[in-house]
Amino acid sequence: MTTAILADPVLADSGLTDFASKFGQVIAALAIFLGVLGLIFFAAGRATGRLSRPLAVLVFLGPAVLLLLIGLVIPAVRTIYLSLKSDDSSRFVGVKNYDWAFTTSTIHQVLINTAEWIVVAPLLATGLGLAVALLVDRLKRQALYKSLIFMPMAISFVGASIIWKFVYDARDPSQPQVGLLSQVVIALGWSHPPNWILSHPLNNFLLMVILIWTQTGFAMVVLSAAIKAIPNEIVEAARMDGARGRRLLVWVTIPMIRSTLIVVLATVMITTLKIFDIVRTMTGGNFGTQVLANEMYSQSFTEFNYGRGSALAVILFVAVLPLVGYNIVQLRKERSTK
Amino acid sequence: MSSVGAVEAVTAESTRDEPPAKLVRRTFSNPIASTLIIVLTILWTVPTFGLLVTSFRPAEQVATTGWWTAFVHPTLTLSNYHTVLFVGGYGVSNGLLPYVINSLAITIPGTVFPLVIASMAAYALAWVKFKGSDIVFFTIFALQVVPLQMALIPLLQLYSGGAHIGSVAVIPNLHLTGTYWPLWLSHTMFAMPLAVFLLHNFIAQLPRELMEAAQVDGAGHFKIFRTIVLPLAAPAIASFAIFQFLWVWNDLLVGLTFAGGTPAVAPLIARLNQLSGSYGSHWELLTAGAFISMLVPLAVFFALQRYFVRGLLAGSVKG
Repeated sequence: MTTAILADPVLADSGLTDFASKFGQVIAALAIFLGVLGLIFFAAGRATGRLSRPLAVLVFLGPAVLLLLIGLVIPAVRTIYLSLKSDDSSRFVGVKNYDWAFTTSTIHQVLINTAEWIVVAPLLATGLGLAVALLVDRLKRQALYKSLIFMPMAISFVGASIIWKFVYDARDPSQPQVGLLSQVVIALGWSHPPNWILSHPLNNFLLMVILIWTQTGFAMVVLSAAIKAIPNEIVEAARMDGARGRRLLVWVTIPMIRSTLIVVLATVMITTLKIFDIVRTMTGGNFGTQVLANEMYSQSFTEFNYGRGSALAVILFVAVLPLVGYNIVQLRKERSTK
Repeated sequence: MSSVGAVEAVTAESTRDEPPAKLVRRTFSNPIASTLIIVLTILWTVPTFGLLVTSFRPAEQVATTGWWTAFVHPTLTLSNYHTVLFVGGYGVSNGLLPYVINSLAITIPGTVFPLVIASMAAYALAWVKFKGSDIVFFTIFALQVVPLQMALIPLLQLYSGGAHIGSVAVIPNLHLTGTYWPLWLSHTMFAMPLAVFLLHNFIAQLPRELMEAAQVDGAGHFKIFRTIVLPLAAPAIASFAIFQFLWVWNDLLVGLTFAGGTPAVAPLIARLNQLSGSYGSHWELLTAGAFISMLVPLAVFFALQRYFVRGLLAGSVKG
């Protein structure tokens, strides 16, 4: 890439100026942040006696609490409030926005799609992750397989969507294909494959493949750690009793990792509910693929229907609530037993 | 290939019970299973590989033939990267370079700010005794239930016009629109619940004697935090830093909402999302752009996989 910059002095120059000014902003922001913090630490550190402890609590905890209030608590309350008002927030409309969400046929489709996503994608991702975690251990070079299956986790949903949009590219069957999927099915003898992304309801599942592709590695890593943490004695005892193969799996391994399995499932479900990037990049919500999180975004920031957008955000919140709640309870339980 | 072994190394750390794990392993052993894993790995890798190959092929070949034919007649070029970084083309007015810089400019403070503020909060909650610290900790932890979508509209109004109660300005309009500040602030706010939770778990387990010894020597909380807590908590901070770095770099929701699409502040991922429409079927450019956006996260991932996995296992609930 450096050769390209050198080849074009004008571009290189404007790029450098841009870089210098933006980099300057970052350095300035970091310097101000750390400088202010240093000053406060210095000043508050000199305080002694009865004031010193309340002051320490204020300085250490204050910024985090303030940010959480401004960034999450107050906005959440305001969103609930906005969801009861009209789209331009000028008057109260009661539950009209919620009524709209549950009775409009387009939103019906959105809710059905979202429900399909929550059921199919987390189950497949967790199931595949579990299968890999169980099977990969006795292969040579297992670390390589694990790394490659885990890798999509580092890729953004937008990047992943572009990767798969290319796989799903479809041309007229008379022309040479560019998309891998069309090429493969034609080679297998299906002479007129459909235009994948346009065919509803298949396209919903093709979009889910992208999420499954990124989340299987996550499930694999967490479940693999759980399987390895199963105590010695239990597996040995089961083997003494004659448990082998599938029976050992069904009666010992799965029950022992049950709580981890559910936490993984719930975590992927939360990710799925809030999925937005994939649909936005692949179809923009067209062709019958719209989901809740993206519809909320379109209502709020494309059509500026703040009332409706807020109502959809509240519905999302209510759907996520039990899942996150479950995870929090589980995690606290684990901490307290350690 | 030490980085490739990292997942294995870390997951093996959680137990020293090798023999039964091997028993389980042998019990499920059969060639069909091995074949399944190999097929799955190939399925998981080929799409990314196709993207990489396409990004190096000349435009006219990409438009007419599949990337797999590149192995028969290999013609490779860097011109797609030149176009996509510096020129744009096909009605796209700018190259991606300013957006790459934006992503770095957003991600670095977007990682440093929440880490520092969350470490401070975690220390206060773990080691400064005060009434109600448990309740504060649990509340912060529980705030993970709030989806970011709920915060977008009110925060956007705050950044563009300040906050008012009636006609009294509680927070004045700071004219933050068009700067990096809305992005830095939002990422810091949204990272808080998980960051405080993870760092608290680690910082609370530091040895009590060390803290008490320092207090006997006359060190106050500020000195203890700087000289004892920060250095000792470095591994936990590092593993959350990787998490946060990847999260901010790969984010679309915050970038799209608070930056618009301008080359002045918009991050790479938000721009790429727009290009997926503008470039239409110019796959050679879109694939090159996508690969540029993946370079930094993949480098971080393969270099620091061990710490990334550790962070993942410590807190698999990102709200």
